[in-house]
Amino acid sequence: MEKHLMKGAEAIAEAAILAGCRQFFGYPITPQNQIPEYMSKRMPQIGGCFLQAESEVSAINMVYGAAGSGARVMTSSSSPGISLKQEGISYIACAELPCVIVNIVRGGPGLGGIQPAQSDYFQCTKGGGHGDYRLIVLAPDSVQEAVDFTYKAFDLADKYRNPVLILGDGMIGQMMEPVVLPEAKTEFVDKPWATTGRKGKDRRIINSLYIDPAVLEQINLELMKKYELIAKNETACEEYMADDADIIIAAYGTTARIAKKSIKELRAKGIKAGLIRPITLWPFPSEAFSKAADHAKCMLTVEMSCGQMVEDVRLAVNGKVPVDFFGRVGGMIPSWKEIMAAAENTLKGGKN
Amino acid sequence: MAVVFKKTDMLTDAPLHYCPGCTHGIIHRLVAEVLEELGVGDKTIGVAPVGCAVFAYNYFNCDMHEASHGRAPAVATGIKRTHPDACVFTYQGDGDLASIGTAEIVHACTRGEKFTTIFVNNAIYGMTGGQMAPTTLPGQVTTTSPYGRDTDHCGYPVKVSEMLSTLDGAYYIARVSVDSVKNVIQAKKCIKKAFEYQLAGKGFTLVEVISSCPTNWGMTPVEALNWVREKMLPYYPLGTYKDKGANE
Repeated sequence: MEKHLMKGAEAIAEAAILAGCRQFFGYPITPQNQIPEYMSKRMPQIGGCFLQAESEVSAINMVYGAAGSGARVMTSSSSPGISLKQEGISYIACAELPCVIVNIVRGGPGLGGIQPAQSDYFQCTKGGGHGDYRLIVLAPDSVQEAVDFTYKAFDLADKYRNPVLILGDGMIGQMMEPVVLPEAKTEFVDKPWATTGRKGKDRRIINSLYIDPAVLEQINLELMKKYELIAKNETACEEYMADDADIIIAAYGTTARIAKKSIKELRAKGIKAGLIRPITLWPFPSEAFSKAADHAKCMLTVEMSCGQMVEDVRLAVNGKVPVDFFGRVGGMIPSWKEIMAAAENTLKGGKN
Repeated sequence: MAVVFKKTDMLTDAPLHYCPGCTHGIIHRLVAEVLEELGVGDKTIGVAPVGCAVFAYNYFNCDMHEASHGRAPAVATGIKRTHPDACVFTYQGDGDLASIGTAEIVHACTRGEKFTTIFVNNAIYGMTGGQMAPTTLPGQVTTTSPYGRDTDHCGYPVKVSEMLSTLDGAYYIARVSVDSVKNVIQAKKCIKKAFEYQLAGKGFTLVEVISSCPTNWGMTPVEALNWVREKMLPYYPLGTYKDKGANE
């Protein structure tokens, strides 16, 4: 199997192209600029369209237009830019348009910093924009997963007519690792709902306005049914040494990778530690946590945030065992030693 | 039986929701007639705005998108870049285009996006109940300029056609009015020219249509048309501001 040494951001861009993405609209922001830069070079070579928009707001609305007219389309940004895209994302979710959005998260709030963070968890999994809607949120922990998830994201988006968000962080975006690239996709689903011009058939309308509250309620209920179906079919997590663990560490992305090292060291000391790593942040793998809470003594959620995913872990565990939290923020990355110490403290009944 | 008049096929049979005396209906019909005459109904994709024309997707008998406030030019960019052979247009009011969507229209124009914008300027926010618009005239009373627009406090109206015509990406920019039969005929000519340029693969085209709002101006339809002639047209002179095709 041929391996390529690629930077995460570029690997995401190439994976999108191999998945059939031919429209990309973006706006520069650190630390994800290698995605639009790569697209600006590759798209003209393959008859695709790279366009640098005048703002993130415009970029996401270009995505709305392209997705509604049937394109496989992507945009990428980083935290402050994703905030600007929220209006468009809400419209896209309501109009049920497939697209892929990449968020290479940096420290916030405000302009924040440019180093890796996981502080956009709430924004990405709980809505972010206005109204009741969900994004499918995939969290890779390696460049290979960034490739695989991006490739898969386009199919998920088409299957459910729903935006899919790849939630990486500065580490995933900037790190270089060997990757195996997938085959270029050649078969795509039909999109009879897309605006392509009537072409002799009934006209199509891409819309998110339902002025009659009874109708809008039905639209919401139908969306909820779709989200339930997605949760049933697509929820994914990785369990690592979790079967017999006394302490379960909950972490995703970069943090989960670091936590694995901590778990190995804890095991070497005779402490039974394990990991549950949500791969889909929405739908959240609640059942895995609930089941683990039947045998584990406690849990520790580790995030590069002040404590966001920990709320979902606590909801899943529903009081069965204590769920502690340890986080580093502002672009600071927790070390395996810090996580190890935090886990030992949690096991002793201390609070981090 | 001889047919002496037939509604254009490019409008649906949905009853228009516009207020009595509003000129949106005329402008809809002109755009629809032009699309029919050009025979592009099967390859047209329109973008409706937020504002009075928010339901335009119910009226134009072609594929339509409903955009968020001001973003129609970005949405149209995404559509046209996906379907370069389609006929794409946006239909926007003054609050949508000249206030919240200023960045989108300026950059679509300067990129030379090959779609057509119909810009309806009635100097007020109609749908939300008559607030001050970016195009509200100096001294004009609205619900958020109850003492008349004070230019010292909130600045001057945006002259969209003049502004956009300075950009190299603009291919055709014209300002028209629909206050009289003569002007309606001229307006249709300009709208047709804009779409013809688009279909010939030229650059960005925009027709600004000066419109009336009897409801929010607090006038009868006739008074409103007189106000267009006496107040608006002197501030917003009619004419062709850019026509690269005329020199080619």
